[in-house]
Amino acid sequence: MTSLPTSTEKRLGLVIDLDTCVGCHACAVNCKEWNTSAGASPLADTDAYGADVSGAWLNRIHTFEVTPENAPAQIVHFPKSCLHCDDAPCVTVCPTGASYKRSEDGIVLVDEDLCIGCGLCAWACPYGAREMDPVENVMKKCTLCVDRIYSDTLAEEDRIPACVRTCPSSARHFGDFNDPGSDVSRLVAERGGIDLMPEMETRPVNKYLPPRPKTSQRSAQTAAPAKIDTPKADGFLGWLDAALDKLG
Amino acid sequence: MHPAVSVIFFTVASGAGFGMIFLIGLGFPVGGGAGRAFLVSLLGGGLAVAGLLASTFHLGHPERAWRALSQWRSSWLSREGIAAIVTLVLFGIYALVWMLTGNRSQLLGLLIALGAATTVFTTSMIYAQLKTVPQWKSPLTPVVYLSFALGSGWLLASAFGDYQSPELWGILLVALAWAAKWIWWAHAGRARLSDVGSTPETATGLGFIGKVRLLERPHTGENYLTREMVHRIGRKHARKLRLLALVLGGVLPIVILALIALTGAPAPLILVAALSMIIGLLAERWLFFAEAEHAVSLYYGHR
Repeated sequence: MTSLPTSTEKRLGLVIDLDTCVGCHACAVNCKEWNTSAGASPLADTDAYGADVSGAWLNRIHTFEVTPENAPAQIVHFPKSCLHCDDAPCVTVCPTGASYKRSEDGIVLVDEDLCIGCGLCAWACPYGAREMDPVENVMKKCTLCVDRIYSDTLAEEDRIPACVRTCPSSARHFGDFNDPGSDVSRLVAERGGIDLMPEMETRPVNKYLPPRPKTSQRSAQTAAPAKIDTPKADGFLGWLDAALDKLG
Repeated sequence: MHPAVSVIFFTVASGAGFGMIFLIGLGFPVGGGAGRAFLVSLLGGGLAVAGLLASTFHLGHPERAWRALSQWRSSWLSREGIAAIVTLVLFGIYALVWMLTGNRSQLLGLLIALGAATTVFTTSMIYAQLKTVPQWKSPLTPVVYLSFALGSGWLLASAFGDYQSPELWGILLVALAWAAKWIWWAHAGRARLSDVGSTPETATGLGFIGKVRLLERPHTGENYLTREMVHRIGRKHARKLRLLALVLGGVLPIVILALIALTGAPAPLILVAALSMIIGLLAERWLFFAEAEHAVSLYYGHR
């Protein structure tokens, strides 16, 4: 059923910290690895080892340059995956019921057996979170690793999305946004978590933590190049040194 | 947006087909007995069916297309499928009764006309509902789709029917349709992503720091998103195509209709005007997709 639930018991999602993300793409790689081997069908590529490689990924890391008015530009690495929106436009446009949002935890999923591959959900998503699988010809998207977070067989510490598990700089956090005491809720409150493209009125669950303010430019510019203190040489090297000095 | 040939053909052909079905349902006069009734019904129904079949070619799984009929509560695409099938089934019954008995049921005809209009409307709403493409998200989009369907349907029906001097109505409908499109173009020019407040700054939430520019893409090659939604090649000849659309789709049909009205040339010549309009509409529809800016392009450094 592609009508959206009016509310969900839990609102599971991610907090992505743009301050600490180093742009290593490890989250995307681990996402690809997990979802190509554990999902309903592989997350396929075409011409994977050729010149014209292309494929479906559920997480993409863009890199932006942000230029303030009176300061040098800064670089912000920007991981982007499904935001599991409360008002997910991708769900309501689906003609078959393949796309749906779960009332228990708010995760937006695709039932691959129902998907006709019309692509309208990808058109409806402003974030580019959905990609057509070039081999399976069905729509693929982030599942919030629904097959990890509820797993009985994985070790306790692995029951989080693959991207969160692998992030070496702890820039990704997973939790329930309906619980005000959860890590994600507290991070959003403390750091002023933001919505992407609020004007699209999708009410995304995932939140982004903005980069912390840079330390002042003056302190960064004070260091003048240090003079290198070289010991005086003697013998042939001393003569060469003096001769080269004379040459100016 | 990527201008998919199957979708362009679908919207133009089924638009003309349902336009014709709408007029037949309203009782557009067609003489000449069962043979002509068959021909006219085949043309209207055939165009609508051909368009719908073409639209299934762009599906990843055409064999599952029937599943698209289930979500009419929320999905315009689902509603379109249902409206199209109901209308075509009713039209098949109408055409059969017409050919066998020569009788055209007025009640059934009205239902068919309503169904045809609903189908074209639902087609247009698939695009007009998308917030992600501000140029499409306008009440003008259904107006344009409906008026082009009516205009091209009128020309086709006139070429094979027996409406007395259909040229004047034809000129009026074609001119009105292009007037609507002209207003749509003016609207689209003022409905860029930045006009509705979507920028790389809102897309990243980094606008509070400063101006945002893409430094590096996430991937070296193309992907589904860039091929489908960040498609820009189609805009290369936009001005020439717009002129072509206007001349073949509007000016030439009107000139032909005027000449027929003035010289009393035989009505089937209207078919030339209809074909010209349909070719023009293919160019118009190409631009409808190719010129549309999708919000995802903000993450890829261009519009």
